[in-house]
Parts: sequence; C-alpha cells; structure tokens
Amino acid sequence: MQLAKEVKYLIHKEILLEWRSKYTINGVLLYVVSTIFTCYLSFVSLGDKLTWNALFWVIMLFASINGVSKSFLQENKGQQLYSYILASPAAILISKTIYNTLLMLVLTTIALGFYALVFDTFTPPDLGMYYIAVILGAISFSTVFTMVSAISSKAGNGGMLMAILSFPIIIPVLILLIKLAKNAVDGLPWENSLDDIGMLVIVNVMTVAASLLLFPYLWRD
Amino acid sequence: MRKTWWKILGAVLVIYTTIAGLLLGVPHLAILNETIRNLYFHVPMWFAMIVLFSISVFYSVKSLSSKSEIDDLKAVESVNAGIIFGVLGLITGAIWAKYTWGQFWSFDPKQNFAAISILLYFAYLILRNAIDEEQKRAKLSAIYNIFAFPMMVVLLFVLPRLKDSLHPGNGGNPGFNSYDLDSRMRMVFYPACLGWILIGYWVYTIRFRIRTLENKHQQN
Repeated sequence: MQLAKEVKYLIHKEILLEWRSKYTINGVLLYVVSTIFTCYLSFVSLGDKLTWNALFWVIMLFASINGVSKSFLQENKGQQLYSYILASPAAILISKTIYNTLLMLVLTTIALGFYALVFDTFTPPDLGMYYIAVILGAISFSTVFTMVSAISSKAGNGGMLMAILSFPIIIPVLILLIKLAKNAVDGLPWENSLDDIGMLVIVNVMTVAASLLLFPYLWRD
Repeated sequence: MRKTWWKILGAVLVIYTTIAGLLLGVPHLAILNETIRNLYFHVPMWFAMIVLFSISVFYSVKSLSSKSEIDDLKAVESVNAGIIFGVLGLITGAIWAKYTWGQFWSFDPKQNFAAISILLYFAYLILRNAIDEEQKRAKLSAIYNIFAFPMMVVLLFVLPRLKDSLHPGNGGNPGFNSYDLDSRMRMVFYPACLGWILIGYWVYTIRFRIRTLENKHQQN
C-alpha cells in the first residue's frame, strides 16, 4: 500500500514537473514532426506501405530514445539523492516507467495521427490492430529505455552510451512490433497476430521483472 | 591428474571429433551433401558460447551481492571467451552458407539474430570501458549483463522460430531430428559439443588467471 502511494505521488511529481516546463513533450514532438516531414520530402516517390510502416517504427524508436533517456539523465546528483531518501527504489522505477509509458502514448498517438495525415496512402485498413501495436510499442520502449537510461546515467556519459546499450536490447522488440504492425497494414485477421501480442507481453513482463530485481542495486551508490 | 582430467578429456574429444568428423561416414542428403559435417564444428560453438555466457551471468549475480573483484573478473573473462566462440559460430555458419545458400551473408533471420546477440556483448564490453571507477564498473556491467541475458535468449531461441529461415531445423529444412536418425553422426556430434564446451571453459580459466596475475602485478 505504501508502494502504491509513493508511486502515485512520484508520478504526480513527474507530470507536474513536465507540465511546468513542457520541455520534453514539446521537444520530442517537434523532433517527431520534423523527422516525419523530412522523410516525406525525401522518400516521397516510395509508394510501398510496408516501407512506410518500417519507417514509422524507426522514427518512433529514435524519438522514444530521446524522450525516455531524459528521465534519469536530466536529474542531477542532488535530486537523485533527495528521491533516494524519500522513496523506495521500486517506487521510483515503477513511477518512471509508468510516466514514460504515458508520455510515449501521447507522443505515439500524435505521431500516428500526423503520419496518417501526411502520408494519406498509409492509413492502415485495420486501425484498431495498428493502435494496439502502437500501445505495446509505447509500453515496451519505456520499460526497456527507462532501465537502460538509469544504467547510462550512473555510468556518467549519457547520450552515446544510451544508444549503444539500448539498441541490441530493443531490436528483438522492434522486430516483433514491425511484424505486428505489418499484420495490421496487410489487414490480416486478428488470430494471426495473437502470437506476436503474447510474445511482446512476455518480453515486457520479463523486462519489468528484471528491472525491478536489479534497480535497487543500481540505485544504491 | 585429478585436477586436469577434464582438460585432457576436452582436448581428446576435440581431436577425435575433428578427425572423425572429417573422415567418418555421413548420410547423403540433398543440397547438404558433405557440408553436413559442419554440424560438428558449427553447432558446438553456440553451445560453448551459451555455456560461457551463462557462467558470466552467474558470476554477475554473484558479484552484485558479494562485491568481490574476482567475481567481476570471472564474469568479464567468460564474456570475452564466449564472444570468441560466438564469432567462430558466425564464421563457420557463413562458410557453410556460402556452399549451401550461395552467399556468406544472406540476411537470414538466424544470422541476423545471432549477430545482434553478439552485439549485446560488445555493448557490455564498451560499457565497461566507459567507466573508470572499478567498483562502479563491476556493479553497472553486472546489472547490464543480467538485464541483457534474457534478451539474448529471446533473440537466439524464440524469435528465429517465429520467422521463416533457411537454417536447418527451420521451416521444413532438415534439422536435428533427421540427423539424429543416423547414429554415426550422433557418435561424433555429442562428444564434439562436450569437447568444445570444455575447451571454452579452459580458455576462460586461462584468461581469468592471466587477468588476476596482471592485476596483482599492477598493484605491486
């Protein structure tokens, strides 16, 4: 019960901080929109839906690395020490993950809308299925990147290490996501995608369990 | 003798399987023909790699609780030895693929996922290089190692099954089961796996001993 209270409070704190500056959400949003626009201008002759689908996920991957890596990297030593005294490590990790998931959900939803607007040929026939892929993508990106950003923030040199450490871990998830989204673009029946959804859920549960076990060691300095 | 019997066993097994693997009879299957002998050299590399990476995760877990430098060194040296076997596995696979699929690297899912899982461990080594402070390095790299291990298992054992691959054992291509029908191959394949795992473990213990000696030398 104590944990739930702490998590709720910490999420509230994160949202409040973000709401005051609106730096991360606006920054990443501008990043996504300008990347989509650049891609549109450079790939305009490509008519293949599957290429657009892969491109969407690559854009989302880079946007979420930029968005989620903020969560630990932007906090300074004093802030971390302060929250270390106040809350349990599990509460901090859970709250960061949930907050990042919310952030990514908002971001991916807007990006998907903008993507569908810019590439009017893209709109997948099975939008519900595609949106499930987007939600699962938001969750898995935030679970993996939250932990990796914690590791790289402790290691001391942020950006490059974050990319090196997270890419090999996220590639299997990304492949599953692209496959699931491709099913939606092709308009396959839902039964075909259940395996992939289950696999993604299992990978996420595994990641969260490993993070919860390991984070206390990481947090204690 | 009591301490070194497994080293002798490993060496004898590897020599035996190299000779027997090249000389003994094999079943003649279409396309594969004589390249089927690569089973004795390619597959044991992966087994040795998995064993070494598992050892590394074991010592990473141990070093998180014990905080001893020895456990950390064991973890990193088993990764170093494991990477050698992973790269050898990729090379033997690529040479085999040249003669059966026509190309060294054809972006087959199995090849890609194996390469990515080795990238994971290169990332682990880069993470180690990025941190100067020894205790912190031990802690952070142990955490990353444990965090990455389940992903490697997914990459190597789960994802390739979901994709169409030309690799034996996938998508209707002959795999273990049809080889196993032939007891001649089993006579060579199982000793080869055991032998290469033992050799891999030996390489790891030697690397670990060199590292501890170097550390001692630096401290004096």
